[in-house]
Amino acid sequence: MALAQHLAADVLVIGSGGAGMYAALEAARQGRSVILADRSLIGRGGATVMAQMTVAVALEECGDHPDHHYADTLAAGRGLCDPAMARLLCDEGPARIREMDAWGVGWAKEGDRFKCAFAPGHDRARCVYVDFLNTGPAVSKTLRAQLNRVPEIRRVGDLLVTALQLREGACVGASALHLSSGEPVSLAAGATVLATGGLTRLYRRNSASANMMGDGYALALAAGAELIDMEFVQFFPIGHLAPRLVGMDPIMWDPFRYKLGGRLLNGRREEFIHRYGSKDEGRYVVTRDIATYAIVKEAAAGRGSPHGGAWLSFEHCTAAELRAAGGPVIDRLAANGIDLTKQAIEVAPIAHYHMGGVRVDAAMATRVPGLYAAGEAVGGANGANRLSGNALTEALVFGCVAGKSAAKHARRHASRADASVFGAEKKRLLQGRAVRDFNPAAMLEELQALMQDEVGPFRTQAGLERALGRLRALRTELPALKPAAGTAYDTALADWLDLGTMTRVGECVAAAALARTESRGAHQREDFPAMDPQWAFNQALSLEGDALRLESSAAPA
Amino acid sequence: MSATATLVIRRGAPGEPRREDAWEVPFEPGQSVLDGLRWIRARRDPTLAIRYSCTNANSCKECMVRIEGKTVYACMERLREGTTRIDPLPNKKLLRDLVTEIAPPDERLGG
Repeated sequence: MALAQHLAADVLVIGSGGAGMYAALEAARQGRSVILADRSLIGRGGATVMAQMTVAVALEECGDHPDHHYADTLAAGRGLCDPAMARLLCDEGPARIREMDAWGVGWAKEGDRFKCAFAPGHDRARCVYVDFLNTGPAVSKTLRAQLNRVPEIRRVGDLLVTALQLREGACVGASALHLSSGEPVSLAAGATVLATGGLTRLYRRNSASANMMGDGYALALAAGAELIDMEFVQFFPIGHLAPRLVGMDPIMWDPFRYKLGGRLLNGRREEFIHRYGSKDEGRYVVTRDIATYAIVKEAAAGRGSPHGGAWLSFEHCTAAELRAAGGPVIDRLAANGIDLTKQAIEVAPIAHYHMGGVRVDAAMATRVPGLYAAGEAVGGANGANRLSGNALTEALVFGCVAGKSAAKHARRHASRADASVFGAEKKRLLQGRAVRDFNPAAMLEELQALMQDEVGPFRTQAGLERALGRLRALRTELPALKPAAGTAYDTALADWLDLGTMTRVGECVAAAALARTESRGAHQREDFPAMDPQWAFNQALSLEGDALRLESSAAPA
Repeated sequence: MSATATLVIRRGAPGEPRREDAWEVPFEPGQSVLDGLRWIRARRDPTLAIRYSCTNANSCKECMVRIEGKTVYACMERLREGTTRIDPLPNKKLLRDLVTEIAPPDERLGG
């Protein structure tokens, strides 16, 4: 079987979660040919498929208006949202949700009316969903079905993109490692969309797919684009902790909370959220940053649950109420030996989402001509803390805009294969040797523990400096340890490539976190516990040679 | 208290001689076979090829393998004491170790 080493299309979309699939569909709708590439299977990895419930959207028939959604998004962002990006998310949300409805996603409805759930941080019930705990899989499946109907979109899995191709400062495609054959592949494109998601795999406890470690951030940075708000990593406060479950997403308790409230209790079975400036009282109103803070602080004070988190109890609910809220999930819990009417479960914060990302304008264009970004890969819309339900809305809205913008750019810039640009990356991939006594999978776990401990929900100057030192040391070790490409499904090489990405992206998070000497939203400094009005601005990162350059940007209007 | 599972895994790629490796894997009750495979990669042999994305949520449906002759998701099977045999899917093209070509034909590069 001869492998096609050189592919070309008008638009290249990297990553096939919600944002990438939508971008591909929109670019094709604009009449462009598309390559949709993913490092694993198309539409299976990423964060979209993992989303269990809410999609925030201001629907007129629910007595809502995008202005209200916008106000809540800005408030959640603690003063750092990019107003144009947030506005776009809220204004375009309804159109995307209705298009998904027309495509048969199956939003929960009563008769013809959307069912809207209340979520923390919203001024009214604003979140649509697909039962039961099925929002993400339904969205992915619906978009996959649409993709299958469009012959102009070539879907290619097992492509790990390792570099963007640049010519005269513009992005003209990408180079990739084809994992299943081990061969380098060139992807020429008139315009390229990064839809690679966030970076939560940098952390030991995370709720995301193994393919989300900030690939898009590292690619964009190396190509000359800027990153923004990299210090803001959202920890989902009630990730499942114990008892051990198999086949369940750790953020599975969110839908139960939306529907039934539930009670958050400390190790002494007392309510405690009210001690940290919010309230619980059996209703799901506490925002993510405050809940994370409260659970970690309560455990640190010796009042945690047995595994170091908090109890989440639905014991006051009847079996019928639980069945109505969870449907078949109740049976999956029973198979894991859990009866929620008789026992509380333990929860603790888990890395869930990244507010920061590639800096783009409202057309999803980076400062590199021909390079666009969409979805969680983009920074700006959510500021210092994301409002629940905005992630999927952002994926669909920004994906659509990026697809349109990339199509427009590609109309004026035809893809032109450039053998020399690809040649250099191909040579780099094929270089290397077998290194004994080096386990990249172990190094990856070390990095995840380092990020969790020193660059996690609570940070200090000393810890961040330790993290930066270690990340930079790991990074300098990597070149001598490189395995050569050429072997089918070489997981050690994939880990090595991921380590290059993760050390760089981890450094971005730690450097921005070290510079921000205050606590705001998802960024909490133990040594600077208060929010400082002087810090009401964003930080941007770019690359100068191999060194990071950090600068503060103008405060949002 | 942790228990130990013995995982016997079919290794190799097309054209290579068939071989088997066996590893002792410590586990806490409730852990999945995927947890055991990831433990082996980080602590014994990083070249063991497995495919997964979502890591134990059973969302991505990528970790399908053969365990004791039954086709299952590695993230849904629990580790247990004694010996467990793990093979790649028999009806799919083998890529390496436990990884087979499970993508739809029109989502592959060539072939």
